[in-house]
Amino acid sequence: MKFSKTLVLVLSLSLMLVSFAYAGKDLDAVRAKGFLQAGANGSVFGFGMPDAKGVWKGLDVDTARAMAAAIFGDASKVKFTPLTAQQRFTALQSGEIDVLTRNATRTLSRETQLGLNFVAVNYYDGQGFLIAKKLGVKSAKELDGATVCVLPGTTTEQNAADFFRTNKMAWKPVVIENTSELAKTFFAGRCDVLTSDASQLAGTRAIAPNPTDYMILPEIISKEPLAPAVRHGDDQFRDIIDFSVLAMINAEELGITSKNVDEMLKSKNPVIQRFLGVSAGNGKALGLDEKWAYNIIKQVGNYGEVFERNVGVNTKLGLERGLNALWTNGGLMYSPPFK
Amino acid sequence: MKQSLSNSATTAVASPPFWRDEGKRAIFFQIAALLCAGGVSYYLFTNTQANLARQSIATGFSFLNREASFEIGESLISYSASDTYFRALLVGALNTLQVAFFGIILTTILGSLVGIARLSSNWLVSKVATSFIEVMQNIPILLQLFFWYAIFYESFPSPRQALNPVKGVFLCNRGLIFAVPESHPAYTSMGIAFILILVAGWFLNRWGHKRQELTGKPLPALRMTAGAAIILPLLIWFLYGSPTAMSIPELRGFNFSGGLTVSPEFASLLLGLVLYTSAFVAEVVRAGIQSIGRGQIEAAMAIGLKPGQVLQLVIFPQALRVIIPPLTSQMLNLTKNSSLAVAIGYADFVAVTNTTINQTGQAIEGVAMIMVVYLFFSLSTSAFMNWYNKRMALVER
Repeated sequence: MKFSKTLVLVLSLSLMLVSFAYAGKDLDAVRAKGFLQAGANGSVFGFGMPDAKGVWKGLDVDTARAMAAAIFGDASKVKFTPLTAQQRFTALQSGEIDVLTRNATRTLSRETQLGLNFVAVNYYDGQGFLIAKKLGVKSAKELDGATVCVLPGTTTEQNAADFFRTNKMAWKPVVIENTSELAKTFFAGRCDVLTSDASQLAGTRAIAPNPTDYMILPEIISKEPLAPAVRHGDDQFRDIIDFSVLAMINAEELGITSKNVDEMLKSKNPVIQRFLGVSAGNGKALGLDEKWAYNIIKQVGNYGEVFERNVGVNTKLGLERGLNALWTNGGLMYSPPFK
Repeated sequence: MKQSLSNSATTAVASPPFWRDEGKRAIFFQIAALLCAGGVSYYLFTNTQANLARQSIATGFSFLNREASFEIGESLISYSASDTYFRALLVGALNTLQVAFFGIILTTILGSLVGIARLSSNWLVSKVATSFIEVMQNIPILLQLFFWYAIFYESFPSPRQALNPVKGVFLCNRGLIFAVPESHPAYTSMGIAFILILVAGWFLNRWGHKRQELTGKPLPALRMTAGAAIILPLLIWFLYGSPTAMSIPELRGFNFSGGLTVSPEFASLLLGLVLYTSAFVAEVVRAGIQSIGRGQIEAAMAIGLKPGQVLQLVIFPQALRVIIPPLTSQMLNLTKNSSLAVAIGYADFVAVTNTTINQTGQAIEGVAMIMVVYLFFSLSTSAFMNWYNKRMALVER
């Protein structure tokens, strides 16, 4: 008797597994849930990290809010899952999160072997080296024989190996999983240099015991286009995520900010009318409310606002726009037409 | 239930229907359970395969032959970023094996000493051992690892200000670096000779025991072997013209080159694992020794055995029977705990596999390999210990 009960239990459990394995399309699932589940970093200041009150802040976090604003008309309908570099892709593949906004570099193998779709880039980064000034090193080419602190599970590990190989230099990695443990180890002098994306190095330097003792070497050894990602299988959802990012860039190109967006509704410019949904079309094409772009700009802001608020020159990170300026200002941020 | 069973047994003379036959019923349930387990695993396997294919995630082990293109901090075999993933994983497995091997030996020694010390009649010695056990046993191993690692990198100077206690030995936050003899054919021959002598010593010991049983004359086999193990390699060294060239560590640029380096990661992992596990081993040893009746020890002393002989001939053979099974489980714990290395940056198998998983995205294959490798290590350890346990077990005549 006991055995057949166990059998029934096992069978019903496995049937439950079946139903979990074949959930509906991503967009329908998100709508049914009523909120967007986004994977964020959790420990990189300026990109994705909860503040002292537990409110998530950062460039990636605001990007996810823009997506929620587009889908639900409400930027607050997003929940964040903090993920390590190693968990992030598995979390997205398994459906634990709907979208990954966690400074992830778009690469060929991630698009193909991991079954992911990256969308428009929300930060152009590059890998650099942070070093103590007292070592007297002026260039990354002088790092022969150095011990290098590096985070595992990132493109960083491979980039560093490529760089030292190309320049025929010997090195020793110290690979530590936890970002803050790694920084502590570096500041204590276990490694000569710390390598990571330049934006993260700026963040690490900002929390150093004495930030002026450290400098970022001039060489940027890799291209790191950081972009949000979704899994394969729902093209409509992918388009929405993609154009949510692009809408913020487009708004900056058109000079629309969260402050003036209400006045802009009255604009006679047909490009702006189409963008903000005054003349209908874009919303229907994406399967969204016509006000979707308006909601993004009103509730989150355009790309420039988001950048300056989280990582810009007036924040602790103090990053210049650089590559992340609009194409009209010598940067790479460029949006396709919204029509 | 019992009543009806006995009733049917008495009334039905012919064999009962198969659902009443306990033997057949047992077979039926065995088969049903097997089918269930098989069905569930088949379902899980095919479902995973289908889902992976649907999300176009790569599967299979072909990535093992691709170039790893990442560097590993320390390695027992030659390795560079241009080697394959397979070799990278091998490096990781060997690193795990290395820390487990030294860890198990040191833990057994330290644990036995502390366990015996705890039983000491000397108040101070026994209390020191007791506090060591209580402290080490009750602090989570991960915290201990962070603690030892922090001590290494916080309290030792940078390479340029390295401590230099003895000529050729440096201590800094890059580890302990010391001079080793330059490689020379003499050392290989010396190693072979050493091993041969150990083997010969084992046979000598067996022969000695047999002779003692027949004639009563003891043979100091241990001392003879030890003497030969020192003298013969030295003799070979002289025959090769006594090579003295040393690889001496030298500060070049950022780090020392030459010599042998024990990295802070390896040292703190080994230290943490040994201290933590030896506290448990000490308790196992104490329990083993206390399981021997006092009368036996007194009897042994009464027939004139020396204290060393009492320990060797009376206490240990019996205590080991109690000690070995729990000791095996502590050894397995040590091996498995070594996977915490990833927290303090030692390149063990888990750390290397993690990087591999991340670069290839093949988490299922990677995790499966981690399981297989640890299972292999654990099963080999326990197979060896079971063999040893059988040898030590009471032989009933």
